[in-house]
Amino acid sequence: MEPRAAIGSYSRATEEYTLYVANQNPHVERLLMTAFVLSLPEHKVRVIAPDVGGGFGSKIYLYAEDVALTWASKQVNRSIKWTCERSESFLTDAHGRDHSSHAEMAMDKDGKFLAMRVHTDANLGAYLSTFSTCVPTILYATLLAGQYTCPQIYVEVDAWFTNTVPVDAYRGAGRPEATYLLERLVSRCGWELGLSQDEIRKRNFINSWPYQTPVALQYDIGDYRACMNKAQALADVAGFASRKSASAAKGLLRGVGYSSYIEACGIAPSNIAGALGARAGLFECGEIRVHPTGSVTVFTGSHSHGQGHETTFAQVVAARLGIAVDAVDVVHGDTGRVPFGMGTYGSRSISVGGAAIMKALDKIETKAKKIAAHLMESSDADVEFANGEFTVKGTDKKVTFGQVALTAYVPHNYPLDKLEPGLNETAFYDPTNFTFPAGTYICEVEVDPATGKTRVDRFTAVDDFGTIINPMIVEGQVHGGLVQGIGQALMENCVYDRESGQLLTGSFMDYAMPRADDFPEFKIGTVCTPCTHNPLGTKGCGEAGAIGSPPAVINAVLDALHAIGVKEFDMPASSSRVWEAIQAAKA
Amino acid sequence: MYPFTLDRPATIADAAALSAAGATVLAGGQTLLASMKLRLSNPGHLADLAGIKELSGIKREGNAIVIGAMTRHRDVATSTDVQALIPALAELAAHIGDKQVRAMGTIGGSVANNDPAACYPSALLALGATVHTTQRTIAAADFFQGMFATALNAGELITAVAFPVPKRAAYMKFNQPASRFALVGVFVAQTGDGVRVAVTGAANGVFRHKGLEEALSKSFTAQSAAAVPIDATDLNHDIHASAAYRANLISVQTQRAVAKMLG
Repeated sequence: MEPRAAIGSYSRATEEYTLYVANQNPHVERLLMTAFVLSLPEHKVRVIAPDVGGGFGSKIYLYAEDVALTWASKQVNRSIKWTCERSESFLTDAHGRDHSSHAEMAMDKDGKFLAMRVHTDANLGAYLSTFSTCVPTILYATLLAGQYTCPQIYVEVDAWFTNTVPVDAYRGAGRPEATYLLERLVSRCGWELGLSQDEIRKRNFINSWPYQTPVALQYDIGDYRACMNKAQALADVAGFASRKSASAAKGLLRGVGYSSYIEACGIAPSNIAGALGARAGLFECGEIRVHPTGSVTVFTGSHSHGQGHETTFAQVVAARLGIAVDAVDVVHGDTGRVPFGMGTYGSRSISVGGAAIMKALDKIETKAKKIAAHLMESSDADVEFANGEFTVKGTDKKVTFGQVALTAYVPHNYPLDKLEPGLNETAFYDPTNFTFPAGTYICEVEVDPATGKTRVDRFTAVDDFGTIINPMIVEGQVHGGLVQGIGQALMENCVYDRESGQLLTGSFMDYAMPRADDFPEFKIGTVCTPCTHNPLGTKGCGEAGAIGSPPAVINAVLDALHAIGVKEFDMPASSSRVWEAIQAAKA
Repeated sequence: MYPFTLDRPATIADAAALSAAGATVLAGGQTLLASMKLRLSNPGHLADLAGIKELSGIKREGNAIVIGAMTRHRDVATSTDVQALIPALAELAAHIGDKQVRAMGTIGGSVANNDPAACYPSALLALGATVHTTQRTIAAADFFQGMFATALNAGELITAVAFPVPKRAAYMKFNQPASRFALVGVFVAQTGDGVRVAVTGAANGVFRHKGLEEALSKSFTAQSAAAVPIDATDLNHDIHASAAYRANLISVQTQRAVAKMLG
């Protein structure tokens, strides 16, 4: 939403650089820029990104402008501001999703998957952007087992340099591409065998966990059947046949499309990431600073650019400490204030950033109990903490969190021989596995064969995100993801002129951005199988909507056009492309 | 944008004088300001017409509706007179751009600009409207002369557009999904002079389709329109649609306009 912007400045007095930048991961930006590009002392550079108007991945990267501004501000001894215009944004922000694939599935006569073979050509653009190579490899091929048992999977990816704008991670980063390919293939398998889209999926669902896929990842937990059943009920699939007749009476073709997606997020265990070729660790850092008067500042390495972490993280901390949400402040986006952070992308903030905060809270609680034990003259082991109060088992003694906080900083009645003053703890959390949100989406479209106009009549999304901290924020994320994914399926398309290389879709006059009136009211539901390996049991929810929805839409279009004989169709399902597909099938 | 000077004339005469002296007139700015921001257009001197009260307004004159050049699309869309007498015109105005565009965009600006995908030119051509300027009146049939080209002389300003009230009319617009301009828009009118079918978005400017007009004059039904072959030669082919698709839309939108007019 907000185009990129940055202010670079340099102080001769302190020999410090300060870069204000619209970025999702200030510490990473600083590290890359100082260590690998400009050879500057890392500790003399501060990167600040507090209030960023949307990123979705495109603001992860170290862009040339950020580097140039930082360097130039010292040269000219002035602060320098740069704001990107929208047309510049089209030409220089990393683009997303440019694969061309060929996929085959071998099945037995009952539709059980035996083997899958995929070849993908992935465009990376003219230059390698920061994540780029990991997107069509680590984040793509490893998801091609999907929700299904398939003993043999072979994936070969060729990545290409071309003349286009660099391509890198964007909301979903490799998983939309994997899900699109797999879920299109699975529905196609159903059509070839005469099995309905839900039946072919049900016959192949994984049903015991943990499940080791043939493509490196091990899923911890899930319940794919429950998501499918709930989605079918919410989508009223039982009523589809009569809706289809009603559409036909109006000369319209109705189709239903399924997508049972799974994705890997909460990235990532550093050792697995390293083994797969990544050059960074993917832990997160959280610092809990309790102030003498009992309020709390949380410093998180996660970044908030629309996810509402200020709300969610404050909720987690306030609930754990038994204090008011207003007494908790969440600080992010500043290398000068937050110890370290890998940033926000890959739906990792609650699962990794939140886990780091929980670990820091564990340390706070442990120390606070010792202080409370001293105040209540009991042993540490007898102290319990709940609802903001420390109590001694079997007695009516209690002290409040506020009293303990003050005591920590005014340590007169205090075990100074055993315990330092203060109540301020930091934790770094490295996840032991990815998390695996999964679900089933069901889309119904109505196609007007006279014009090819395709309308999404209903869209149902049932997701398993594990533990949900703030349902309103999660629903907002699902809506946002669905809009992006359905928009991609229906209308978004980057077009370059073959002769000149010019980007023809250089503004929103030619690049179709989905608007609210392109969508029906979504039907949203959830299933919960808590993540087994992080303290909150969360899986993350920011990208799922964009990952699961495109194949649901295109499968629905293909279902609608099945009787006409259309078997193949590539996104976007714009009116003219649908009409051309219909004409070709009739010819 | 490059720097420019801005005048705010209070009368039509002042505006015409400024225009004759080389100023570019600014109506709703929905095309001009956008192209100035992209540096596709670089007028050094603008004359803003917004303050000239006589240029705005909608009135009935005999069997016609006369709309001042600076009347905003929103006001045409919500005018009780237009809704009563030429509802197709109100609907056309109601679907130009979005709320923000309709609050600022004007009929005079749209007509003077003559974007090949603009909606208003099809209405003027189909209804047989007359363009009133500071120098003369020009029939719609003579006014539109191709992509962004009109019969206006340098320094000549549109003051109003007069629309004869038709027996019936309908406008069927098929949106280009990104810009929401007309990919193809068809305005069908039954007037005292017969049936007119005006098409926008499909070619390098608005045009009347003789074949459809002849067929509908003989038999005003959707089937009659459906039987008319639409020649795709000379129709636009771009990243949004092929010429064949546009030809198909001309036929389908005409059929649907007729169906709508027949109730």
